[in-house]
Amino acid sequence: MTTRDAAVRIKGVSHQFGEAGETQYVRALSDTSLDIARGELLCLIGPSGCGKSTLLNVIGGLMTPTSGTIEVAGKPVRGPMPQDIAFVFQENALFPWNTVLENVRLGMLFQGVPKSEHETRAQKSLEAVGLADFAHHYPGQLSGGMRQRAALARALSLKTDILLMDEPFGALDEQTRMILGEDLSVLLASTEKTIVFVTHSLGEAVFLADRVAVFSARPGTIKKIIRVDEPHPRKPEFVTSEKFAALRNELYALLHDEIRKTVAESARSRETS
Amino acid sequence: MARRNERAAGIGSRAVQIGFLLGILVLWYLATNRWGVNRLLLPNPIAVWQQLLDVLKSSEYLPDLRVTLTELLVAFALSMTFGITVGFFVSRTRYSIRVFDPLFAGIYSIPIILFLPLYVLFFGLGPASKIALGATISFFPIVLSTIAGFSNVDRTLVTAAKSMGASDYQLFRYVLVPAALPVILSGLRMGFTIALLAIIGSETIASLAGLGHHIVQLAEGMDMARMFAYIAFVVVIAVLLNGIVSFLEARGRRWT
Repeated sequence: MTTRDAAVRIKGVSHQFGEAGETQYVRALSDTSLDIARGELLCLIGPSGCGKSTLLNVIGGLMTPTSGTIEVAGKPVRGPMPQDIAFVFQENALFPWNTVLENVRLGMLFQGVPKSEHETRAQKSLEAVGLADFAHHYPGQLSGGMRQRAALARALSLKTDILLMDEPFGALDEQTRMILGEDLSVLLASTEKTIVFVTHSLGEAVFLADRVAVFSARPGTIKKIIRVDEPHPRKPEFVTSEKFAALRNELYALLHDEIRKTVAESARSRETS
Repeated sequence: MARRNERAAGIGSRAVQIGFLLGILVLWYLATNRWGVNRLLLPNPIAVWQQLLDVLKSSEYLPDLRVTLTELLVAFALSMTFGITVGFFVSRTRYSIRVFDPLFAGIYSIPIILFLPLYVLFFGLGPASKIALGATISFFPIVLSTIAGFSNVDRTLVTAAKSMGASDYQLFRYVLVPAALPVILSGLRMGFTIALLAIIGSETIASLAGLGHHIVQLAEGMDMARMFAYIAFVVVIAVLLNGIVSFLEARGRRWT
């Protein structure tokens, strides 16, 4: 991969919370390097606390890593880059006092989109996620799945090249999650966006990703990258195919040891504390 | 179905509340007309009702009402301005919250009305001492709720706004203020209620005019029926004012 087609370059990134010796000291991420290609969907998967969300926040400029550098579109990341990067958070990142439509428009206001474009862009992105009829509902009146669709519409309306999604379906039930995953695959196949998607779900990772980066236990780093060669949009039949099962099993085997390590580690730290 | 049950329960509890108040009225009537309670202690409710109609017709209450309402509005405007401003700046750093929040909460828990004689010495018997006391007392719930409101904004919302490029002003205007508003509004409602209490209360203790002052004058003149009529009048005014404030509060948090 050449520099030109890397949308995001992660070079030797480590991150720790607190200082050595303090009770809240955590080495979240250790010497991680990775290039993310333009237009690819990369899933980050790993045991709890392995630093995958930390890496996402570091890419988005929401955290400054303890060491290492990130480049987005050839520029070093020093803070949020609203023109290049949009986020979809796990849940409850919609402003509850604004309607769905107002939430989408507010994102564009923050990003600096001219007011005259707000209405059409908001309508378009709400239609894309199937929420056009709920534009005037408040988030509290929607189901969890619909709220995440609204959050996605807000991110899409910003028309960034990069979309960072931090366990966007993590709080949803299995069935809602499946449908949202299918819709997301269809939706994203029609855009050129580069997407980094953090998930706990093996199936979700295989179904959505071009590549799945598997993290090791804390301090996390990328243990292995698995490629999923399957054209987008992914068909629901893909889930029942042998290829899907094989990839899922491979991921499971890779993750299983790391999850065991994490569990053992947390039991040990509980004993000592 | 659930909604209908809720509404039925709402009507039911309303009926019990009205029944309770009617019961008190009946007891009051029986106490004065059947059980021979002294009229100087407890006037007949019918006489009070006639006095109330007379008070309302005569509009003699207007000067006192004007004094009390002016005191209330000025005091509330002062405590609102200072409470929200101080509360916002205190909420900006963890350190100042740790210093000032317990301090304000501590002062709030002492009965500030004890300082009324001091206020009268400083500001005189006129409206100024009532305004100062009302403003002081209502400052505390407002400043405390403002600190709570601004310091408990959901971090995810702040992060989301920053990730989309919100400026400091936009963050304040579109995230911090709407997030803090419901909490601040209930602080304002509490502040308003206790400002009204403090002002009418202090008028009954040391004053030259106002509804509280008038009630005490009637009591000293042994004009009990008219005094009760005035008390009923003040109760109605207080209920109306609190109704207006609660309505405004509900409008400010209509999205919840």
